[in-house]
Parts: sequence; C-alpha cells; structure tokens
Amino acid sequence: MLLEIRLRGRGGQGIVTASEMLADAAVEEGRYGQSIPAFGAERRGAPVAASARVSDSPIRRHSLVYSPDIVGVFERQLAGDPETLVGIKGGGILLVNGRSAPDVPGVRCAAVDATAIAVENGLVVAGWAVVNTAMLGAISKASGMVGRATLEKVVRRRWRGELGERNVRAALAAYEVAGP
Amino acid sequence: MIATGNHAVAYGVRSARAEVVAAYPITPQTQIVEKLSEFMASGEMRGRYIRVESEHSALSACYGAAACGARAFTATSSQGLLYMNEMVFWTGLGRIPMVMAVVNRTLAPPWSIWNEHTDQLAQRDAGWISMICESVQEAYDTSIMAFRVAEDAEVMQPVMFGLDAFSLSHTAERLDLMPQEDADAFLPRLDPSMLPVLMDTRSPATYGNLTGPDAMMEVRSAIRDALERSKRVIEEAAGAFGRASGRRQAGLVEDYRCGDAEVVIVVAGASSGDAKDAADALRDQGTRAGVLRMKAVRPFPSEAIVRAVGGAKAVAVVDRDYSFGMGGILATEAASVVGGRAARYVAGLGGRDIRPEDFMGMAADALRAAESGDPAQGHEVWWGLRRSPSAPGGQGGA
Repeated sequence: MLLEIRLRGRGGQGIVTASEMLADAAVEEGRYGQSIPAFGAERRGAPVAASARVSDSPIRRHSLVYSPDIVGVFERQLAGDPETLVGIKGGGILLVNGRSAPDVPGVRCAAVDATAIAVENGLVVAGWAVVNTAMLGAISKASGMVGRATLEKVVRRRWRGELGERNVRAALAAYEVAGP
Repeated sequence: MIATGNHAVAYGVRSARAEVVAAYPITPQTQIVEKLSEFMASGEMRGRYIRVESEHSALSACYGAAACGARAFTATSSQGLLYMNEMVFWTGLGRIPMVMAVVNRTLAPPWSIWNEHTDQLAQRDAGWISMICESVQEAYDTSIMAFRVAEDAEVMQPVMFGLDAFSLSHTAERLDLMPQEDADAFLPRLDPSMLPVLMDTRSPATYGNLTGPDAMMEVRSAIRDALERSKRVIEEAAGAFGRASGRRQAGLVEDYRCGDAEVVIVVAGASSGDAKDAADALRDQGTRAGVLRMKAVRPFPSEAIVRAVGGAKAVAVVDRDYSFGMGGILATEAASVVGGRAARYVAGLGGRDIRPEDFMGMAADALRAAESGDPAQGHEVWWGLRRSPSAPGGQGGA
C-alpha cells in the first residue's frame, strides 16, 4: 500500500522535519518512506508545503504529491486555502491543528490541538509554539503505518536530552488523541 | 536509515575513502561538501579538505591531487560547473581519474535553482564518463562505483554523476549503507603507478605541454579507446557492486519491461521512477509499455538502446534538457542510433514536475504518431507548454 501525504504549514513550523521523521518512521517499521520538501522562496511565516510517501514497496516516483490520502495542516488558517486541499482523494483524511475539525464534504476531517500540546510540553521558541512533533504524532496515527514505539524512537533520535523528551511527550500525546 | 540525495553522496564518498575534497559551495549542492567537511573534521574521513575561492580552483586542486596519486572528489552544480568548464576539459583530456557529483540545476538566466540536466549534458564532450542517478540509494552506490570505474587500468578517466536538484538532492529516502569492509574489498586503494600521468615533486616534469599536429590525434584516440573500454568496465563494476551489496545495479542502462514493449520511454534521472510507474499503469490499461533508463550518457549506450527498443512500434525520448537550434540532447543522440522512430519530448525544464500521468500521455502520443504513419522524425513536443507562463496548474510550492 502506498500512502501519499501533504503537509501544509508556515515557514519555520518544521514541516520538512516532520515529513523527514515520517519517512524515517516508515523505514524503521521495515517499510519505505520518502520526504520531498517543496523548495521555493521560503520565508518565515509564508505558506509552505512538503510531500511525503510511506509504502510497503519501494517508492520509485519523485514527483510531488498531487492526490494526497492525508493532508496535515499545521496552521489552522491554512485549512481553507484552496492549495491545501486540491487533489485530495475521496475519503481522504484532513487533519488540522485546532480545537475543532472543519467540515469538508467527502473528506474525513479531524482536529488535534497541536498548539496546546506543544505549549503544555514547553515547546515554544521565540513566541511560536513548535507544533511539528505533535502533528507528526497525529499524522503517524492517521497513517496506520507507524506504531507508537517507532514514533518515540525516531523523535528521540532527532533531539537529545530534555528537549528530546519534551518532543517525545508531545508526539505521543497527539498520537493518543488523534482520530479519526 | 533515511538520507537526502546530497547526504547519500557524502556517505558514499566516505565509504570510498576519498583523500582530497576541494569544493566551493553552491545551492543545491552545498550539503554534500558540508557533510564531507564534517567527516574530515571529526576524523571519520582521513584526508584533506581544501577550501578554495572558486569552482575553477576546486577542480584545479582535485586535478593536482589526483595527478599525485590521491583519490579526489568535488561536487558542484549549474553555474559552478560552467565556471569550472576550462578545468573540466583539462581533467578529462588530461586523463585524471577523479570523481565529481553534479547536482543537476537549471542554468541561468533567468535565475533558477530547480532541476534540469542541461548543465551536465553541456559538458559531454570533455572526455568524462557521465552518469545520471535515479534514486538516493543509487546516488550512494554510484559514489563508490564511480571511483572503481575511473581508476580501472583500462579506463583512467574522470567520472561525473548527476542527481536532480531537490527531487533527489533534498529528498530523503531509505538508504542502506555498505559495510566499510565490503566497500574496501570492492574498491581497493588506488595504485598511483597505474596513472597515465603521475606527478612527483621528486622527479619534476611537465605534462600537457605544447603538442603538435603530428601527435595530437594519437593523444585523442587514447581517450576514445578508454571511453569505449569503459562500457565493459561499467557493466563489470555494476555486477560486482550488485553482488557485494545485494542491490541490483544499472550499468550503462536499466531495461524496465522493454522486452515485449510496443512503446519504450527513454529517460534519465529522478523522474525515471515516475516513468516506470507510468509503464505499469499503461500495462494495466492494455498498452505494453517499457522504460529504458539511461544511467550513462557518456559513454553513450548505443548498443543497449538499439537492443531495448528493438521490437517496439514507438520510442518516446524524454529530455529534461535542450540544445537550442537542434532539440533535446538525449533524443538527438538516441536518434543517431535508432533513426526516425524516436519521437522527442521536452519536459520538466526549470524543474517543472513530470508526473506519471505525463509519461503516460507522452507514450500514448508517441504510439499515435507511429500508428498514424506520421514520420516521427521532427516530432518534437514541449510537453505541458503553457500559452502564458503564469497560467495555473504548475508545480505546487515552487
């Protein structure tokens, strides 16, 4: 099975890091993973996207994701942006950082309050809640291809010490509550 | 583990135990030499990292190091490759067995950082063996194999290999590293006495001095012969690396389902995987499609192309490059061996994505042209060309 995932957020929110960790987790599970950043004139705060694929078989293609099975939105305001949802598969999953899920016909919508989880775990840099590990946890759960222990392992591999532990707690908290 | 294409190249150069790295940073290549400088600084690689003021100097330093018997590596991209152009020819025509990674990036103007193959293909007449990779894993594998090919006594020519900007250089994929003892067994230490030119400060001599018309053709024919012999050496290296790694390797080409194909897509680089997915999808719809991926562009795999497209009704050559006033470079060269059957498609210039659906469309178009009896010669399509450059439907985020 091949799952195609689009991550949507703002420059500085760590969507590329999240998509790499998702690919890493898939490989850790004995599967295949791919993370493709969309590079442009990146600026902190500007809308950005990344593509990721997880699969049971080798991933050969390198084009970006146009028909995602899952869209993860790191910044609530971008949920309504046409570029966020374009091409999403019927019955696909829209996972939004927020307190309530939006309502999009034909799409399974879910919310995870990644911002609150990040703040609770002290993941705030220069006034920004760093939501990427919480969103990673939620997307991992939604993918059905990444287990809890693997999630914990790839997050801990990325950051050491106390910072690593805070990120692990955020990822696991989101993993627990994420639907749908 | 996972790694980006850039880091995979750095891991490969570490596995190959390169002794001298000289480089100048340029997007999107910089991560390769950054990582190598970290390996050198930490002692994971033993050797010398030479910081230089330009790409011309980077390749000059590698030239000198390799001519003195060291295993030398550099990496560059687009404008940087152009800036080292004079030394590219010095290194190739001077028979210096070193290795260079080229992150294939569009040439300016207008300024661009995205992928295109014209930068590397524009250097094809310099006496280098020239290859283009499809995946992160292949970028790592090729980083090791390239040294073995370059240093083979039958070859002794430099090797450059390309990887597509961003869609390989910055894309992270699964990567399996080769145990160091396996890499060492595959790639023994360079024996300097085998070099066509060995510079020795204890025995000073000049090389490349004024050569008259009475000798130059013979000098050139030695390089011609080396590139011809490299075809066999490349296949042997791919076979040996495949056995050592357990990962099947492409030599000059990769033949994907061409055997019974009615239409063959000829392509190089990172989007070859999209072409394979397209071939599978076409077969599901009842069209027998295959992909001939060109791993090597120099030496040009003429025989392999002829073999692969043998029974096909249509051939669609897809170029992510262009020679103005003539056509796609690979299509022009393929046409020289398969004749008028090669329908030419120019796609993905400046980094525009080529999706599996695009390859399906090109294959169908080539079949249509062949079946309608249109002479395919001169059938050149700029795939997805828009009437207005700002029209929507392009690559997301780019």
